[in-house]
Amino acid sequence: MNIKTTMLSMAAVAGVAMGTSAAAMDCETITLGAAISLTGKYATNGVHAQNGYEFAITKIKENGGIMVDDQCYNFNVIYYDDESKGDRGATLAERLIQQDGVQYMLGPYSSGLTKAIAPVTEKYQIPMVEAEGASRSLFNQGYKYLFAVLSTSEQYLASAITLAAEKAEAQGRAASDVTVAIAVENDPFSLDIRAGVMEDAERYGMKIVVDEKLPRDLSDMTSILTKVKLVKPDVLVVSGHSKGAATAVRQIGEQGVKVPMIAITHCEAADVVGNFGENAEDFLCSTQWAETLTYEDPIFGSAANYEQEFKANYTEYAEKTVPYQTAQASAAVYVFKDAFERAGTLDKDAVRDAIAETDLKTFYGDIKFSEAGNNIAKPMVLRQIQDGKYNVVAPSAFASHEVNWPRN
Amino acid sequence: MDQILTNTGYLFQYPVLNLAFIIDGIMIGSLFALAAYGLALVWGVMNVKNLAQGDFVIAGGYCSWWLVKTGWLQSIGLSDNAVALLGVPIAFVVMWGIGWMTYKLIITRVIERDLFTSLLATFGLAIMMAQILNLMFGSDTQSLQLDYKTYSFAGGFINLPMAKVIGTCMAAGLAVAVIIFMKRSRMGQAIRATAQDSRAARVMGIDTEKVYAFTFSLNAAICGAAGAIIVMVWVIQPFYGITYSVRAFVIVTAAGLGNLPGVIAAGLGIGAAEQYGAHIFGIGYQQAIAVTLLLIVLFFRLLQQRRKRQALN
Repeated sequence: MNIKTTMLSMAAVAGVAMGTSAAAMDCETITLGAAISLTGKYATNGVHAQNGYEFAITKIKENGGIMVDDQCYNFNVIYYDDESKGDRGATLAERLIQQDGVQYMLGPYSSGLTKAIAPVTEKYQIPMVEAEGASRSLFNQGYKYLFAVLSTSEQYLASAITLAAEKAEAQGRAASDVTVAIAVENDPFSLDIRAGVMEDAERYGMKIVVDEKLPRDLSDMTSILTKVKLVKPDVLVVSGHSKGAATAVRQIGEQGVKVPMIAITHCEAADVVGNFGENAEDFLCSTQWAETLTYEDPIFGSAANYEQEFKANYTEYAEKTVPYQTAQASAAVYVFKDAFERAGTLDKDAVRDAIAETDLKTFYGDIKFSEAGNNIAKPMVLRQIQDGKYNVVAPSAFASHEVNWPRN
Repeated sequence: MDQILTNTGYLFQYPVLNLAFIIDGIMIGSLFALAAYGLALVWGVMNVKNLAQGDFVIAGGYCSWWLVKTGWLQSIGLSDNAVALLGVPIAFVVMWGIGWMTYKLIITRVIERDLFTSLLATFGLAIMMAQILNLMFGSDTQSLQLDYKTYSFAGGFINLPMAKVIGTCMAAGLAVAVIIFMKRSRMGQAIRATAQDSRAARVMGIDTEKVYAFTFSLNAAICGAAGAIIVMVWVIQPFYGITYSVRAFVIVTAAGLGNLPGVIAAGLGIGAAEQYGAHIFGIGYQQAIAVTLLLIVLFFRLLQQRRKRQALN
């Protein structure tokens, strides 16, 4: 079913592209490569990312393509399916570079796959702009050719701690009185989240009262919730991909756990509102991007405009919100366009240097890379589920709604 | 270490926690036991160690989930809750059919072969089933939220979500039905005879091929029903089958083959032990506790057998 819809949507994009090709007739092609999860456990998000790449390519074409040294170019991507497996991803990256002669790469889906592919692109000195690998551990390896448009994972839920501190102080309590319970999955991504929360909690002098690592094959977390009921923390942080989110929301509701602030990841992926309705009320959810944010750029327009046009092109998203995985994939393609134009040449090392100097305002947020290659200009956003809707509540500069606190 | 002491302290400070863990453990264990139960059958009767056990569970879950989502039965006036509950017997029947087809296509060809062949075949089957489910339903996690209440006792420490209670009762009902079937019916007797000695059973006129097909279908059906219950209380995803496969193997190994009531007892015991372990050592050690228990059981069994052997001498 998935494959079919993907093919249909690709056909739709091709149709749009053909309509506009008259304007971009004598443009040449820049070929990018991507190994991405079209089957296997990351297939859903892999397809989201691929759609994001393709949509951006179409939009850039419509807007006159990429101008490098007075010659116009369009992007074309060679995709391979990495089956959600790291070793396969690495092999395919080799193949893209060695056999297909790809000089520039777009990233795969997930931190794990990016970790598998980065050593290959590094070896061949191929610049890779990735949009779906958030683990902090990608950016302490000294990679020179890896760039990520998204915020790193330790920032995902750290803003919840700041928010809890603000609330405690508004109530006349010291921030250091706040107690924090953490339950995260035992994988690099979630452990980064834990590290970020710990760091921020330490900064405020908060006490961590529960610190649990969820097993990968978690099916039931009642024992943790019982402990939470005993120690009554002020903040509960849960991160365990879709499964963790779904299990947490369902069982917190079932067990009647009362914590003033609960922050989790992967709300959208687990569709906690659609699946659990009332139970999901007042949960805080971290996101890289939301369509209600006030970012904009000349290609995609505002964030809201991006969402609208994307839905028009990909009708299978009509009923749901456009996932941030798609938006950041589009942003990665945009970074390449910008870098090629500034470099003024197709030489991969010149392009790499141009990417490193990126300072771009996009519909997805500001993009500026640190030495290590991660984006330091864009904050993570925290949304709260209020009456079944995701409303931005933190950081306060972007908040459209007041946070409901305490919860329940 | 401090953490472990504090956590153990809570158990004495709030004795009601013990009751809460045992009740939760039983509810959780009953679902694991169901999958293990099917495995014990297939293992005992056919000597096939089915690595696709968990994938049958997940397939059953999707069967029920899909039934609720298509809304066909709702259009004739049934509520979501009713359809989800009806999903359990329907998953049983559908998975029976799938189990039968699997037997005819694959299992019948490996049944007389060595252990390694059947392990490889069912491992391949597990990979294929997960990928087929993934292509059919996508890789998102899915679940059914029934709108039943949760009953709380003892100041909110003991919670009985109605969905879980119903699931446990259904699991218990199914287990009892299968035990009675195995004891009373002709087919049940034939299955037990084949398990004891397939050659002798064949000599006595039992169509063992039919018995094998029946047993494997029954196993798939039990798993399917378990999956349909699991989708109501937890979440499913095409690649989560392995959790149930591993638990089922641990339970069957601990209980011993051909000991169906033992499998149920081991399932419930492991459920409760995991809850205790998760409370005292942290939930990350949950599965380690199950496996440690298995080691202890195997060790004691070894000692016991040695003693028996000495007595015989």
